[in-house]
Amino acid sequence: MALGFMPLAAPAGSFALPRIWSGRMWGLLGAAAAVLFVAVPIGNLVVPEGNAFHVSEYTVTLAGKILCYAIVALAMDLIWGYTGILSLGHGLFFALGGYAMGMYLMRSIGHDGVYQSDLPDFMVFLDWKSYPWYWRFTDHFWYCALLVVLAPGILALAFGFFAFRSRIKGVYFSIITQALTYAFMLLFFRNNTGFGGNNGFTDFKRILGFPIAAPQTRMALFMLTGATLIGFLLLGRAIVASKLGRVLTAIRDAESRVMFSGYNPVYFKLFIWTLSAVICGVAGALYVPQVGIINPSEMSPANSIEIAIWTAVGGRGTLIGPIIGAAVVNLGKSWFTQAFPEYWLFLLGLLFILVTLYLPRGIAGLWSRRPS
Amino acid sequence: MTNAAQPMDVSSTHAPASGSETGVSYGRVLTPGVDISHRGILYLDSISVSFDGFKALNELSLIVDAGELRCVIGPNGAGKTTMMDVITGKTRPDSGSAYFGQTIDLTELTEPEIAGRGIGRKFQKPTVFEKHTVFENLELARKADKRVWPTLTAELDSTARDRILTILETIQLAPEASRLAGLLSHGQKQWLEIGMLLMQEPQVLLLDEPVAGMTDDETMRSAELFLTLAGDYTLVVVEHDMDFVARIADRVTVLHEGRVLAEGSMRVVQENEEVIEVFLGR
Repeated sequence: MALGFMPLAAPAGSFALPRIWSGRMWGLLGAAAAVLFVAVPIGNLVVPEGNAFHVSEYTVTLAGKILCYAIVALAMDLIWGYTGILSLGHGLFFALGGYAMGMYLMRSIGHDGVYQSDLPDFMVFLDWKSYPWYWRFTDHFWYCALLVVLAPGILALAFGFFAFRSRIKGVYFSIITQALTYAFMLLFFRNNTGFGGNNGFTDFKRILGFPIAAPQTRMALFMLTGATLIGFLLLGRAIVASKLGRVLTAIRDAESRVMFSGYNPVYFKLFIWTLSAVICGVAGALYVPQVGIINPSEMSPANSIEIAIWTAVGGRGTLIGPIIGAAVVNLGKSWFTQAFPEYWLFLLGLLFILVTLYLPRGIAGLWSRRPS
Repeated sequence: MTNAAQPMDVSSTHAPASGSETGVSYGRVLTPGVDISHRGILYLDSISVSFDGFKALNELSLIVDAGELRCVIGPNGAGKTTMMDVITGKTRPDSGSAYFGQTIDLTELTEPEIAGRGIGRKFQKPTVFEKHTVFENLELARKADKRVWPTLTAELDSTARDRILTILETIQLAPEASRLAGLLSHGQKQWLEIGMLLMQEPQVLLLDEPVAGMTDDETMRSAELFLTLAGDYTLVVVEHDMDFVARIADRVTVLHEGRVLAEGSMRVVQENEEVIEVFLGR
C-alpha cells in the first residue's frame, strides 16, 4: 500500500476502490524474485569462490535467516499494522513452528547421534527409555509439517478467542501476549518438558534424506523461504485489498463503529490473529533447518519485541515496509553485534525511539503518497 | 470462526429497499423480521441501569411507534445516551426489558447482532473510518452478510455501487467520494455517519446529537433530511438544540434522572410545569 497507494480519480459516476499496488511495485517484486531465484543460486553454486560475483555460504545463510524474519514481520504487519493489535508474543508462534520442524529433524538424525541410540541425545542423557506420547508420528515429515501449522494455529485460536471475546485490547493485550511467550519459554526450559531443555534441538544431520549442510540443500531451503515470503506477501495483499482488509483497518481506527455496523470484531480479529500466528510458525519451520538450532531463547520476550521494532522501522500497514524493516535491522544487527557486541540493545532501543518520533510511518512512509 | 448467530434471516426475507420501499404504515404492514403489528417498534419497560450506585436509568419505560420521529431531550446526565446504549446492546440493564418489535429481546443480543436486525446508531462524537475514503465507509456499512468468509470474498456489484451513489447524493457528499473521511469537516462527518446508517438499511435510526457542531445551513438541511426519512424509518433523536427539536419532532420525550418526565408534542412538553422546573432550575 505504501508505494503508489492513491484512491483513483475515477470517471464521474463510477467510483473505484483504491488500488493497493502500483505497476512499479509489481516490477520491484519481479526484480526481487530474479535475485532470489536466479542471481543468488548462480552466485552461490556456479560462480567459483574467489570470483567477485561469488555468494558465500555465510551470505546465503544470513539472507535465508533474514527472509524468515521478513515473513514474521509481514505476519506482524497484518495483525499490528492493519488491525491495530500489538502482539508482543509473536516469537512464541515462530518458535512453536520451529520446534515442530525440529522434532522431525531430530528424528531424522537416526542413529548418528553421539550415543547412537534410537532416541535423541538429550533423551538418552535424561535416561528416558522411549519417546513421550507427543513425539509419536514425528518421524513423518508431513505430520510435522501439519504440526508447524496446527501448533501455533490452535494456540492462537484458543488464546485469541478468550482474549478478544473478553474485549482485551491495547496495552493489556500486548502485556498478556508477552507473559504468554515468557510462560512458554519457562516451560520449554524444563528438561522434563521433553524438548531438550535449554539446549533445545541441534546437530541436525539431514532433511527429507538430503544432508542438511550441503550447499544444494541450503540453497533449496533458501529459495523455498524466498518463495514462501513472496507467497505470503501476495496472500497479505489479497487480504488487505479485500473488503475484509478494509474491515480490519476499520477495527483499528473505530472498533465501535464496526460493531454498530453489524460486524462482530471478535471473529475478524480471530481470523487475522490466527493466520498471523500460522505464518510465523511456517517462518520458524523454515528457520530451524537453515540455522541448525532451536532453543527456548527464541521465546524470550525480547525477541518478540524485536519483531515489533522491525515492523515499526519498516512502516506499519504497508506489507512491504516490515519486510524492508526486518532486512535493514537484521543486517545492521549482524554487523553491529560483531563490531560493538555490548551496545546492540541500546542501539535497537534508540532506533525504535527515533523511528517513532521522526519516522512514524517507517521507511516505507518515505515513499508513500497517501497522506498520513 | 464465523458468527453463526448473525441474523441473516432478515436479509433473506426482507427485500433490500431504497428508502421509500421500506414503507411502514402504522399497524398495516408487517415487516418480516421485526413484528410491528402493534404499532410499536421499540419497547422499553422499567429499565434500570446503575453505575457504581449511580442510577443512570431508573425504571425507564418508553414506547416508540414504527415510522415516527421521536426526539429525546433532557439535561446532562438524564440518561439519554445510556438509553441508547441499552437499546444497542452496549449496556445490559440491571432490570427491565427492551424489545425490538413484539418478539426480539434486545437484552439478549450483542451489538453487531442488534445492528444486523435493523437498529442503526450514530454516536455523539461523529465516528467514521478516518483512513478510508467516503466511498469505502459507505461500502463497509452496506447491508450484507457480515460474517468473516463472505466479507473476505465480497465483490462490489453494480447494485451496491448504485446504492452507494444514491446515498452519496442524499448526504451531499458525492464530490467527496474519493477523499479520506478523516479530511471531512465536522458536519460532513456527521452526514457521512448518517449515510452509513442508511446503507445498513435499518428500521430504526438512533441519532445522538446529530446536528452538534453543524452550521445553521447544515442544521437546516439535516432537519429536511430527517423529515424525509421519518415514515420510512423510525428515528429517535437525542438533541440539545431546542429549535431543531421544535422543527422536526412528532413527539418529544423528556428524560430526567433516568426517568421519563414528560411526553407529548413539543408544545405540551414546553408547558409542563415539571419540565420548566428541571430545565430552568426553579
